[in-house]
Amino acid sequence: MADSNLSHAERIQSSLAKRYRAEKHFKFYGAAAIAFGLLCVVLLFTDIISKGYKAFGQTYIQLEVTYDASTLGITDVNDSQQIVLADFHGVVKTALKSRFVDVSGRKAKRDLYGLISHGAGYTLRDRLVANPKLLNQTETLWLVADDDIDTYYKSIDSDAGAFVGRMSEQRQGWVDQLAQSDDVKMRLNRNFFTQGDSREPELAGIRGAAMGSLFTLIITIALSFPIGVAAAVYLEEFAPQNRWTDLIEVNINNLAAVPSIIFGLLGLAIFINFFHVPRSVPVVGGLVLTLMTLPTIIISSRAAIKAVPPSIRDAAIGVGASPMQVVLHHVLPLAMPGMLTGAIIGMAQALGETAPLLMIGMVAFIVDIPGGFTDPSTVLPVQIFLWADSPERAFMEKTSAAIMVLLAFLIFMNTLAVILRKRLERRW
Amino acid sequence: MQTANLLIVLLILSIVAYYMARGRSVAQAQPLGGIRYLHSLPFFYGMRAAIWCALPSILLLVLWLLFDESIISSLLIGGLPESLLPTSEAEHNLFFNSVENIASGALSAETADPALVAAAESLNSLRDTGRSLATAAVLSLAVLGAGWGWVKVSPKLRARQQVERVFRGILLSCACVAIFTTLGILLSVLFESLRFFQAVPATEFLFGTEWSPQMAIRSDQVGSSGSFGAIPLFVGTLLISFIAMVVAVPVGLMSAIYLAEYASPRMRGFAKPALEVLAGIPTVVYGFFAALTVAPFIRETGEGFGLQVSSESALAAGLVMGVMIIPFISSLADDVINAVPQSLRDGSLGLGATRSETIKKVIFPAALPGIVGGVLLAASRAIGETMIVVMAAGLAAKLTANPLDTVTTVTVQIVTLLVGDQEFDSPKTLAAFALGLMLFVVTLVLNFVALRVVKKYREQYE
Repeated sequence: MADSNLSHAERIQSSLAKRYRAEKHFKFYGAAAIAFGLLCVVLLFTDIISKGYKAFGQTYIQLEVTYDASTLGITDVNDSQQIVLADFHGVVKTALKSRFVDVSGRKAKRDLYGLISHGAGYTLRDRLVANPKLLNQTETLWLVADDDIDTYYKSIDSDAGAFVGRMSEQRQGWVDQLAQSDDVKMRLNRNFFTQGDSREPELAGIRGAAMGSLFTLIITIALSFPIGVAAAVYLEEFAPQNRWTDLIEVNINNLAAVPSIIFGLLGLAIFINFFHVPRSVPVVGGLVLTLMTLPTIIISSRAAIKAVPPSIRDAAIGVGASPMQVVLHHVLPLAMPGMLTGAIIGMAQALGETAPLLMIGMVAFIVDIPGGFTDPSTVLPVQIFLWADSPERAFMEKTSAAIMVLLAFLIFMNTLAVILRKRLERRW
Repeated sequence: MQTANLLIVLLILSIVAYYMARGRSVAQAQPLGGIRYLHSLPFFYGMRAAIWCALPSILLLVLWLLFDESIISSLLIGGLPESLLPTSEAEHNLFFNSVENIASGALSAETADPALVAAAESLNSLRDTGRSLATAAVLSLAVLGAGWGWVKVSPKLRARQQVERVFRGILLSCACVAIFTTLGILLSVLFESLRFFQAVPATEFLFGTEWSPQMAIRSDQVGSSGSFGAIPLFVGTLLISFIAMVVAVPVGLMSAIYLAEYASPRMRGFAKPALEVLAGIPTVVYGFFAALTVAPFIRETGEGFGLQVSSESALAAGLVMGVMIIPFISSLADDVINAVPQSLRDGSLGLGATRSETIKKVIFPAALPGIVGGVLLAASRAIGETMIVVMAAGLAAKLTANPLDTVTTVTVQIVTLLVGDQEFDSPKTLAAFALGLMLFVVTLVLNFVALRVVKKYREQYE
């Protein structure tokens, strides 16, 4: 060696700089890894929020509408048959024609009529039914604009310039004209929170999917919490040391790591093909998610039961309680906060799950808002998946907004779990 | 009676049974000198009666609900005239569909075949009788059970032991749900896969290099013979999982090391939950992010360098999947690193090693088995991940190792084969179950090995 004539101390001294540099580099890599992870979190959230926050607003156009009986083709407002067939969109067309008098030609007219969403007709219908006196009257109303107009109007002030898409120049002119006379404005998008799915982005809402999620989760928690807790109690307090118990434990640990889509295959083959449960209903979804979240709940419940000190059990047995009384009167109440925390986290997992629900047909296009456990429905994540696939640009915004709602629910549930743990946790 | 109503009635009956039996036990104890002369507390006498009331009747109800359709349909077939008897499976299903539609009023009875209408009517009447019979049987069983529980109450009756035995049985059966789930998964994928392998030889499935699961609907159809070689899917799955692991393992591991060995408690208290946020985000959100933000970004960057990048590149899906797995690896690695005894650290530092040398030469080797287990678990996660690849990876089954090209994965194919209307005798749908079987077996083996490794390691320092 070149430096063999140096003393040990000198050799170490000379290598120190290199070693300290290596130390510094290593520490830097660690910090960089964490920074990368945090950057991903920030990026994900800013991306979703910047894409979606505009979906909570909706473009409305102000028009003077005349409920002309002859245009509507009705004679009696109270006749529901007539109301169903009445041409409310015709009324909107007339209103648009009188707003833009100089439009001629078929194509231009069709473009013009497309300014207002088809859903506006339903608004008019509801108003007329609620107040029959409006027939042949005129009123000034804010009506929902078509999604192309909506996208255009929202991007009008952006740095990248307005998003034109399918908009003809003529239409842009109309919108600008309306904007100048303050007849276009943004309002809170109520459809988004009150409606079910729709092919028209401006009419689509998440209410249906949210209700579907709610019903599915109710089934899931009602089944998985009692079963999970019972299984955990058995394994922690009663199970004898034998092969059967080992088998149960191995199964639980393995199921916790089985891909979720496999549970979808199980649901399809067993619940739908074998037991002939109808497709697309929250009951099947709940059953599949129950099987999926059970391992999570069992594992966390077992941890909670384990955390109860043995002295409590000994004391209860000492005063003459039976094993079952020890568990029911002492161990379970003390372990309950931990179990609830585990259950909430399991529910958060179930709320965000998509893949198994695709297998059991909860991916259908469903307009109606489900009213019970056996109504066909979809759930929030599946709705996000469906919208993400839609070609209209306006759906991208809706997808991001739906993701924001879903994330808000998840954050709420996880915060609840953390608070619950902090509040009720006992140190022994 | 509706099942829900029946359950409510059963609940009320068992509550009544509970109070009656409890009251009887108290009444019997009165002349003896108080309830301390009873064998068990009055609560247990009441519970015993309630269990006798509820348990057998609910079992009967469940049995009925499971088998009512098959019993009724066989009765219906038995009552049919010779001319209407279905000869094949398909005809059988068709027959039941039309009868069902007429019975529920979806199909007008006026235009239908009168024989079918008769069948529909007998179906309706069979259902009615079946339902009322079942209701009567369940309710009488409940009343009988409650009565039995009430009659048997006596100061000598060992009610507590009996009630506790039933409770234990219920707990055990809840614990066994896990076994039944595994069994159910195995049976469901196995049976459908066996049917698939009857149509397509297993060797072709496992070693074939062409995947185009289109089956001819008519026998004389041209150009869609269907080929089921799953190698491109396996390669695609491995490619995407590999990209994910390349992202997740270094980042996850380094952040775990930093958090466990360098970070101050405050930093740790902030960074650890912040990283775990990534684990709580639903996969469909990652899929959206991958498809609409990452994939276009990669394509534009690639085109800037003059590269051909597919808009559904394996790279986009893999990168995002890697980000998803980071917290998974980091929290597992964090656990094992923290489990390494402090004495090893102190010994190494005491000999003059720097912290990074201690980590590299002492802690990492000691924690290695646990880390390997964690990585295996993460790999099984990546292989089974569905939504990211469904949304961001392609459908075309290409046999390529180019991360900029589009590939498809096992899970994508399962979803595309099974979403929508399917018929259950076509190899096309059955192929999904064969793929599911492969997925299940592979992840099962990975998990099993990983759990074994982790467990063995944990025992080492305990």
